[in-house]
Amino acid sequence: MHKRMLVAGASALALLAGPPARAASDADLETIRTQIQALKQDYDARIRALEERLKAAEADAAQAKSQAAAIAAAPAAPAASAAPPTPASATRGLAAFNPAISAILNGQYANLSRDPREWRMAGFLQGGEVGPGRRGFSLGESELGFSANVDPKFSGNVIVSLTPEDTVSVEEAYGIFKGAPAGIVPKFGRFFSGLGYLNEQHAHVWDFTDAPLAYQAFLGGQYQQNGVQATWVAPTDRFLELGAEVGNGDSFPGTPRDKNGAGDAVLFARTGGDVGDSHSWQAGVSYLRTGSRSREDDVSDLLGADAALRFTGHSRLWNASFVWKWAPHGDPHYRNFKLQGEYLWRREEGDLDLASAGAASGSPYSSRQSGAYLQAIYQFMPLWRFGLRYDWLDPGDVEGAGAAVFLASSFHPRRATAMVDWTPSEFSRVRLQFGRAQLSPLFSDNELFVQYILSLGAHGAHIF
Amino acid sequence: MRSILRFIVLAWLGTGAAHASFNIFATVPEWGALAQELGGDKVRVYTATSPLQDPHHVQAKPSLIARARTADLVVATGAELEVGWLPLVLQQAGNDKVQPGAPGYFEATAYVPLLGKPTRLDRAEGDVHPQGDPHIQGDPRNIARVAEALAQRLAQLDPGNVAYYRSRYQDFAARWSAAIAKWQQEAAPLHGTAVVVQHKGFTYLEAWLGLKEVAALEPKPGMEPTTSHLAEVLATLQREPAKMVLVAAYQSDQASQWLAQRTKIHVVKLPFTVGGTDAAKDLFSFYEDTVQRLLKGAA
Repeated sequence: MHKRMLVAGASALALLAGPPARAASDADLETIRTQIQALKQDYDARIRALEERLKAAEADAAQAKSQAAAIAAAPAAPAASAAPPTPASATRGLAAFNPAISAILNGQYANLSRDPREWRMAGFLQGGEVGPGRRGFSLGESELGFSANVDPKFSGNVIVSLTPEDTVSVEEAYGIFKGAPAGIVPKFGRFFSGLGYLNEQHAHVWDFTDAPLAYQAFLGGQYQQNGVQATWVAPTDRFLELGAEVGNGDSFPGTPRDKNGAGDAVLFARTGGDVGDSHSWQAGVSYLRTGSRSREDDVSDLLGADAALRFTGHSRLWNASFVWKWAPHGDPHYRNFKLQGEYLWRREEGDLDLASAGAASGSPYSSRQSGAYLQAIYQFMPLWRFGLRYDWLDPGDVEGAGAAVFLASSFHPRRATAMVDWTPSEFSRVRLQFGRAQLSPLFSDNELFVQYILSLGAHGAHIF
Repeated sequence: MRSILRFIVLAWLGTGAAHASFNIFATVPEWGALAQELGGDKVRVYTATSPLQDPHHVQAKPSLIARARTADLVVATGAELEVGWLPLVLQQAGNDKVQPGAPGYFEATAYVPLLGKPTRLDRAEGDVHPQGDPHIQGDPRNIARVAEALAQRLAQLDPGNVAYYRSRYQDFAARWSAAIAKWQQEAAPLHGTAVVVQHKGFTYLEAWLGLKEVAALEPKPGMEPTTSHLAEVLATLQREPAKMVLVAAYQSDQASQWLAQRTKIHVVKLPFTVGGTDAAKDLFSFYEDTVQRLLKGAA
């Protein structure tokens, strides 16, 4: 009875299970077989890899043990042993080849007494990223960075910037060729130009939340290069570095001009050294030549109507910079001091068009303008720093009919800034900054920032 | 006029390239001293950091880049001690002889079994060194290991002076093992002595002399001592009394003095590297002074 029921049950099950099984086509079965095969191969490979790693680890352990035993038995054998000492094992596995990954979280709270849309440096044609940003809380620019050696000849670095507007931009993406002769270091791709001192550093490394006025007026914040750079350090005891760049010249004060060959050129030289144990310094000069075609400056706010100034011509910029650092015996941990300054001078020649309400009028334009900043940072106790900065701009000589729109007699825009920051470790910093800017006879702005900078993952070294 | 200009330029730049000798760039004083012991007058040694400088926090100064440019051999500690500055200095210098992987790049920790590998890799634990504690100069037997490898590297890179380097190494190794035997004998009473450290930088010294570390004043490696943590250390010391608190020469001993005022503990300032104290003039006197200071502290 039981048996019959079982048979019946089994055949019922077979009937139930049967049709779908039969419905599976040979092709499906083949797919499943290949998948199983693939899984098996995958696991075999993984197990083999694990076995190899285990073997290697055992060998290492045994070697280390025997070395340790040998050393313990005879501390420092006087005669050189025949076998050369071998370095300890390096990290194994595919993950070892992953690039170093880093993320920078940078955000701020801004309290600005004036509407940032009215922010304008009197006497200057503006462009690029200028101004104190938006009011209230904002996310700042977060960065994602990847860097690694590519092979024995190349290394690569990419830094992607995530803006608070949910857009992504490539801040830097460059390769370095390591096989060049005579100590030349060639770099290519997109990178911050070696112009000046502050330009090469990322904003999160700066000692103040925002760029100096001179950088905003003459470089639109920071000069990004798309091209090639070669640097060379002289083989001497004194540091002397020479560098040259050519690129497409897209960045302010230039514009894209749809041309073959180089759109801009940068030359720079730096020297520096130590004075005793506690002082070190660096000084540099640099030169930029670039050109613009219809570089636009929206002056609607000045004219009260939809209007823009368009500059077509070329720009030449000179920069002189210095930085001096003090730390007792070179150890900045407890106390240190940093004094830094840059002077920028720019000459522009070309035509300036005023485009307003569909009508355009052009006239020759030329300017010779300059600006500078000086800043001092003092770390008075571990983790805490205090800093002061003074910016000023000189609108200089400006000639051309269109310039009447933005010129404000001989007024010199200027700004004074103070900051204090707390750096619990080299991976985090919180800053409070207050600045008072007098940008035109009628525009003065009180700018308060609270900023945080958090650095996750791989932490690259900072340049001097 | 032209010759005057040339004179000014040469006077400004110095004479790095003019020297025919073998240039060694040592990251920390102990390797500078060792390279000098082994290389004698055939080498020109430049030491990148001062003994009173925290080796974790060094800046990629212009002077370092210039010296890395002319170096024939870079002697570094490795194990990420120099991660904050050396890669940048080497990249900017553009000297292909001394890039990591080239024969002219030497890492001492590659020849020494490392202690103190962290069990938890997390920056919430402070400045952790994933590959292990890089302060291997705490144990003179490590110097012997590094010396053997460095002597071979010198011979490999400067084959013209192989015999010279070999004889200097043999002489050094013989004197060194004799010195180790002497220090171990002198330091025998220190075995089992309980100590407190300011920074966890004495792992190898403790392992060598059999010191017992009961507490550290830094709550996490690289973080400044806090009052709440110091109170915990005081409580620990009531249960497990220690003889002395060890401070490296480059650190402020403020927290250690605070502890010494509240307990019967001696503050012992150790040179940490060659030049850290007036007595620690070379590698031999560095360990001599370390042992003497420890004996005095334990007395």
